[in-house]
Amino acid sequence: MSKIEINQLSKKFIKRDKFIDALQDITLSIQQGEFVCLLGPSGCGKTTLLRILANLEKTTTGDVFIQQLDKEKPLQSMVFQENGIIPWLTVEENVAFGLKMRHLPRAYIKERTEFYLSKVGLTNFKRLYPKELSGGMKQRVSIARAFANDPEILLMDEPFAALDEQNKFILQEELLSIWQETKKTVLFITHSIDEALLLSDRILLMSSQPGTIVKDITIEMERPRSIEKVRSDSTMTDIFLDVWEHLQSEVKQARLK
Amino acid sequence: MQKKVSIPQLITIFSPICLLLLWEFCSQFAILDPRFFPAPTLIIQTLVQMGESGELFTHITVSLTRIIIGFLLGVIPAICIGLLMGMYRYFRHFFSPIIMIFMPIPTIAMLPIILILFGIGEFSKVITIAISVFFPVAINTAAGVANIDKIYLEVAKNYQANAKDFFFKIALPGSLPVMLEGIQMGQAIALLTIVAAEMIGASSGIGYLIWMNYKAFLLPQMYVGLLLISFFGYFFSLSLRGIERKLLPWK
Repeated sequence: MSKIEINQLSKKFIKRDKFIDALQDITLSIQQGEFVCLLGPSGCGKTTLLRILANLEKTTTGDVFIQQLDKEKPLQSMVFQENGIIPWLTVEENVAFGLKMRHLPRAYIKERTEFYLSKVGLTNFKRLYPKELSGGMKQRVSIARAFANDPEILLMDEPFAALDEQNKFILQEELLSIWQETKKTVLFITHSIDEALLLSDRILLMSSQPGTIVKDITIEMERPRSIEKVRSDSTMTDIFLDVWEHLQSEVKQARLK
Repeated sequence: MQKKVSIPQLITIFSPICLLLLWEFCSQFAILDPRFFPAPTLIIQTLVQMGESGELFTHITVSLTRIIIGFLLGVIPAICIGLLMGMYRYFRHFFSPIIMIFMPIPTIAMLPIILILFGIGEFSKVITIAISVFFPVAINTAAGVANIDKIYLEVAKNYQANAKDFFFKIALPGSLPVMLEGIQMGQAIALLTIVAAEMIGASSGIGYLIWMNYKAFLLPQMYVGLLLISFFGYFFSLSLRGIERKLLPWK
């Protein structure tokens, strides 16, 4: 059985008395422990798909299924785009948020929080409020919060989109190292081909409105990966060009509409 | 800690001193009629005299008690109703028109009906203050909740916060900054109201002090009343700022 199962999902929005097809006929399955990137031009409905999985949005037709192996664990936790951490809670309280909401034993919450704070290198900053953190540190808090909650699957909505290049590379590698330890199933949204190549086992390429999955690419490059290795690998370059051409034509088509 | 006074700070300290000196000068040399504008030094002397006789303190305690009780009596229900309005649409639609109807009426205009309902005792003054404080606090609290960024609501939902946790971890702290602005406004209004109410229907308090001394044409004594109000207004405002800093370390 697969970890995530999506069957013929479609989503329509109503905008000024008109139906807009955001997602159409999406069927896919993701295996336990897979790191999958949803890659597509902006406005292709990838965020909508993630929000449906996060139970923040309803499907119009079709259904989604997330396998629950452990009844105690939450189904999913989301890492939001930016500003997803709560400004009136300290770094520590933010990381512990999910655990606190589930009313787990205090000692356990403390231990998990400390563990993930040290994983993302924020132990010394745990008493600070988010206003005192840089963008990269905020996203670390957000990632630590999601991992600490120990959900069945992790959903990430372009978590690094607002960061500068250097910070992005550092956080991507940190994310990979935590992921490799925990072997969580991750569904990660991005519009950056480099990011998708570096992170994923599989890339699901989406077309723009209505969003459908047009390509399912398996990335076989061995881990641990680094951005240098990805850039110098010839198969990866081919995949890059392939995806690039596809995205180009998608964006052009969307313009002509 | 370095203790260096900057130029903007100096100007801030200098401007009221400047005004006082000008006033003193104009009054001493009768450029301004000293019967209407007694010199600041004379007002201070009067303040000391009134303080020594002890009568001043009864007026102050009476007014402060009224303000504090009335303030609390207005703020507490205002926060409760404001939070409910911010969190539940139906509450908002129910209470908004009622608030809109009563808010434009100055509370002092309602004093006659308050006096009829509650008599001329302490309770009617306290109620007057409570009503005047209620509106800005309720409206700001509701706005504070409504203005919480949607993403935090989604975070709470995604991390499975129940209703109680949502209230205490998201709604209450998230609305606090705007709510405190309302309380700050309420504080200023409370002071306005108590003075006006005491001028009309009281036999003690700072407002009464001002009005009686005006009637008796004891203007230095009247100015003492004005001085006290200015002082307490500033004092309350500063204390609330202090509380705000304590409550909002994340701002």
